[in-house]
Amino acid sequence: MKNILSYFLRFILYLILIAPLLLFIAYGFSTRWFFPAPFPVEWTISTFDRALNDSRTLTGLRDGLTIAVIVSLLSLLLAFPAARAMGLRQFKGRQLAWLLLFLPTVVPPLAIGMGLNILFLQLGLAGTIFGVVLGHLIPTLPYTIFTLSSAFARYDENFEHQALALGASPVQIFFNVTLRMMTPSLVVATLFAFLISWSQYLLTLLIGGGKVITLPILLFAAASGGNPSTIGIQSLLFVLPPVLVIAFTARELTRHGEDIKEQY
Amino acid sequence: MLGASLLYAIAESLGFISVIGQSDVSFRAYRAALAADSEFWVSLAFSLWVSVTATLLASTFALLVAVWLNNHRTQSDTLALNWNLAFPHLVFATALLLFLSQSGLFARWAASFGLITSTDQFPVLVRDRYGIGIILHYIGKEIPFLALIVLAVLRSQPIGYDVVAQNLGANRWQRLRHITIPQVAPALLSGSLLVFGFIFSSYEVPAVLGIGYPRALPVLALRFFLDPDLRARSEGMVLSLIITAIVMLVAMVSLKFGEKKE
Repeated sequence: MKNILSYFLRFILYLILIAPLLLFIAYGFSTRWFFPAPFPVEWTISTFDRALNDSRTLTGLRDGLTIAVIVSLLSLLLAFPAARAMGLRQFKGRQLAWLLLFLPTVVPPLAIGMGLNILFLQLGLAGTIFGVVLGHLIPTLPYTIFTLSSAFARYDENFEHQALALGASPVQIFFNVTLRMMTPSLVVATLFAFLISWSQYLLTLLIGGGKVITLPILLFAAASGGNPSTIGIQSLLFVLPPVLVIAFTARELTRHGEDIKEQY
Repeated sequence: MLGASLLYAIAESLGFISVIGQSDVSFRAYRAALAADSEFWVSLAFSLWVSVTATLLASTFALLVAVWLNNHRTQSDTLALNWNLAFPHLVFATALLLFLSQSGLFARWAASFGLITSTDQFPVLVRDRYGIGIILHYIGKEIPFLALIVLAVLRSQPIGYDVVAQNLGANRWQRLRHITIPQVAPALLSGSLLVFGFIFSSYEVPAVLGIGYPRALPVLALRFFLDPDLRARSEGMVLSLIITAIVMLVAMVSLKFGEKKE
């Protein structure tokens, strides 16, 4: 009896988890689904078709992906040496560095965006993809650094020393020892950066100033008064990359799930 | 490392400098924004109501979910909780809108069961006066987040206390009250404060699931900020600084609790 209840509760939990996806599919691939029909009456791929030929949606997809990929790579490049220092070394000002990194994770994007809005207008970065990338780095960098430095804290430098003693060159050591041991954490860190950038709305809006269009911007506009089919398709396109990414990295993620805090 | 944190300091400080540059013109903006009859107070009350209610409910449910999952351990459940990450807030809010609006999926089901006959008989659950939609959204979104935090603590605790208490005749509720809750309280409190700060300062969800009046503080701030009238713009800045100050304060308290645990 207790088992049945447990299965039932678990079933409900999983149902809630996939319900949004089913809902978007139902709305996105149906047409003339009027109140009060409980289920879609007529299925179609025309909305989907239209979205794939719609230049705004395509631009949104392309720019959003470009930005998210560049942001993830840059975060990784910048975070790697920083995390190594934070994870392995004790140095003066380490506490302060932590605090400085903690700041952007709690300062709301609203305030960051408003501040950068004026600054970037002066620098001529407003409305450019590069400007948006810089803006996104503010929330992504702390998370990549936190994730990588907690991995470096468990990392044993003696492996590198040993390789050195055995005559490996610094380049060989980096690629064959350091990078290889860090791979799982690197995957998770990149994933976090990608997700945070991909789903960013306010920073893109405030820095992009309506010139840089990403999917969240389109979805937000549709959600405040578009037709349900469009909303369904755009939501599907929007969650597709995260869903794929999470499905592929599920194993690493379960170990680091607590690291990703609120930004996302 | 130095480079990265410097980059931050610069970006951050420059951001703040331009804010201050704005504010020497805008002591008037402070007065205007904080005037007794300004919409600020309504929005502040609304935001506080939504954030506090959602945080309290989410923490309570998260505690129950975590305790339940801890008693039935499997790897896949942690995975399931992480699945939540696949849905950005904006998407989750959109889903809620399609489920709960007066012509949404649940209203259709209610109608086909004959519970209601027209759309206006379905209760207003999203875009409502009391922020119910926004609260529901955050309960759904933050339960997994908080449950993972609680689970992490529970799994690091020896099971002994619970067993001893059970042997001494403590019932389920007593064990929860006197053993589990004290164990997880610091972490849960620290997490809840972060959640509160996040809800209080986020824009998308109240913008999608809220209505024109009363509106959440961040929504009001952005509305002012994007106003063509430049005086309103500095009022938006003032509001955003107030939001930031409140969130920072809460985050600092949260950090204190988080440290105590270690």
